[in-house]
Amino acid sequence: MTGQTLYDKLWESHVVFNRHDGSTLLYIDRHILHEVTSPQAFEGLRLAGRRPWRLDTNIATPDHNISTDPGERKAGVEGIPDETSRIQVKALDDNCNEFGIKEFKMNDMGQGIVHVMGPELGVTMPGMTVVCGDSHTATHGALGCLAHGIGTSEVEHVLASQCLVTKKMKNMRVTVNGKLGFGVTPKDVILAIIGKIGTAGGTGHAIEFSGDVFADMSVEGRMTVCNMAIEAGARVGLVAVDEKTIDYVKGRRYVPKGKLFDTASSYWRSLVSDEGAQFDKEVLMSANEIAPQVSWGTSPEMVAEVSGRIPKMSSMTTPSEREGLRHALEYMGLEEGQKITSIMVDRVFIGSCTNSRIEDLRAAAEVVKGRKRAETVKQVLVVPGSQIVKSQAETEGLHSVFVDAGMEWREPGCSMCLAMNDDKLGAGEHCASTSNRNFEGRQGSGGRTHLMSPAMAAAAAITGRIVDVRTFSGNSR
Amino acid sequence: MIEPFTRHRGLVGPMDRANVDTDMIIPKQFLKSIKKTGFGLNLFDELRYLEQGHQDLNLKERETNPDFPLNNERYIGSTILLTRENFGCGSSREHAPWALKDYGFRAIIASSFADIFYNNCFKNGLLPIILNRDVVDQLFKQLYSEVGFSISIDLYLQKVFLDNGCYFTFQIDEFYKNCLLEGLDEIDVTLRNKEAITRYEIERRKLHPWIFGAIG
Ligand code: SF4
Repeated sequence: MTGQTLYDKLWESHVVFNRHDGSTLLYIDRHILHEVTSPQAFEGLRLAGRRPWRLDTNIATPDHNISTDPGERKAGVEGIPDETSRIQVKALDDNCNEFGIKEFKMNDMGQGIVHVMGPELGVTMPGMTVVCGDSHTATHGALGCLAHGIGTSEVEHVLASQCLVTKKMKNMRVTVNGKLGFGVTPKDVILAIIGKIGTAGGTGHAIEFSGDVFADMSVEGRMTVCNMAIEAGARVGLVAVDEKTIDYVKGRRYVPKGKLFDTASSYWRSLVSDEGAQFDKEVLMSANEIAPQVSWGTSPEMVAEVSGRIPKMSSMTTPSEREGLRHALEYMGLEEGQKITSIMVDRVFIGSCTNSRIEDLRAAAEVVKGRKRAETVKQVLVVPGSQIVKSQAETEGLHSVFVDAGMEWREPGCSMCLAMNDDKLGAGEHCASTSNRNFEGRQGSGGRTHLMSPAMAAAAAITGRIVDVRTFSGNSR
Repeated sequence: MIEPFTRHRGLVGPMDRANVDTDMIIPKQFLKSIKKTGFGLNLFDELRYLEQGHQDLNLKERETNPDFPLNNERYIGSTILLTRENFGCGSSREHAPWALKDYGFRAIIASSFADIFYNNCFKNGLLPIILNRDVVDQLFKQLYSEVGFSISIDLYLQKVFLDNGCYFTFQIDEFYKNCLLEGLDEIDVTLRNKEAITRYEIERRKLHPWIFGAIG
């Protein structure tokens, strides 16, 4: 028998049984819920008179549409000004109370963006199957667990049965060897990968990220990478378990302690792809071909090196590519062949489940320290991913660095990543953003998003335009 | 119980773009509802209407965008959406198939679909059909040249029939096909296997006890 991939192992250990129609009943270890994709699922349970199969597996927190404004947050749920948001957050609280599900409420210590909160509290651990009604659930795969987004019908299905009816995906491996250059971060790595394989490059596959670059990367960095597997079309992103993973989970709130931890970690160490395991698709890249990346268009595959230019029409090969480029340029208000560093920014957003962890905030603060936001930049939002990240950042004094620079230090939530609350772009505004999607209108109707790393977004906030953080004056202080 | 899908004949409407994401299908400001219905009014909202929409806006007063094809009289009442590759990419929101279904679509034809969206369709009685790119091109040509272009879909036979006698076969998983043909409540089906799930849990608890009991 040839070796198994990490994905094969995770899959196999969760098969309840294979159904004769070719699908599998897969056991789910952890289910995370938030306010936007759960109300209809709870309603479904209620209508059918069903109760959750297990309570000790579900955990909920509001994140998508809550305000990040400190004043508004103090007013509590009743004080949420937008009625529909208030109803939705209250519905989550009420549903969790009614069904007995553990919830970190809006202002509780522990609350945060689902994909920041989960790993941080040890809610997610290696070897688990993890689902959530949110496509960026792929994030948790950084811990060597099988994690993916599900729809609301499946949220209901998992609540009711602790299982999912699903089909096995194919195996894909993206290997990046070598050492990343100065100023090149995990965000740049994943953007470069998406730029290379395209937004549908991983469709139907679980992508395992392997090679020197991911071995050297911090666990938080791996989360940034796995987070955007979905932008490469893959529902699942994975990194094999190593000592970094074990160190990361150790001591977290829901992680076993003492002897049980030792038993668990010796099992976790087996969660790697075997030598000789076969992948259906392989992509090989070298670390030295990766420079800081910036997206210029309306799809995450529309990226360029910061020192590069927007492509020219003449370099497009098919009519549909030309149409795609023309459409994106029109929406973005940019010209073909334009230099990336000539793009001016109106707002800056540092946050989202991609880049709102403590390491991201440290990287941004490092660039900002002792400087001021450019006057032409209307607003810089710095939104920690969770209450725990927020309090850690405040202990380190990072918040003062941002505030002193004329930036806004906010309460944890999704914020301008999807602009369901008041944090949004105006039509035509360009935003340097550390989030994961640059779709039309994603950050506000008519808004123009440029995806990049936290350090690059911070540098853009200081200069008022997109700038190469490697040559940014003062970064080499 | 979902609405079963067996055979369907309907008018075809165009969404002539690749990579139509779920934010485009149903913008996030409409995700605040706690119901499953009513999203059809805001399907493709940002393309369909001239000014920006929000939940409280009275829809009758909103001016529709005359350049958006689905607003064109010849496509009003279409129940089959014709589009291009990677349809439904991005956010996992099931509001996207809810909106398409609520608007009146029963089937979507594309050269490829994003995984989560594809999966979500079947839970809602919506049939996503994958045809190869050349066929999609050909259908677009016919759609633009023939007012009232309608087609028939037979899920049982896995075929799309044109009125000129042409037909195309599509592939679909048996599992997905059965879901739609029978309109089954999947949860019911799963819960018929309560013992198997419990047996799995007992075994698993012995092997990986830390998975159980931590949260609560
Ligand atoms: S931060 Fe953005 S991408 Fe992440 S869960 Fe929230 S809305 Fe989704």
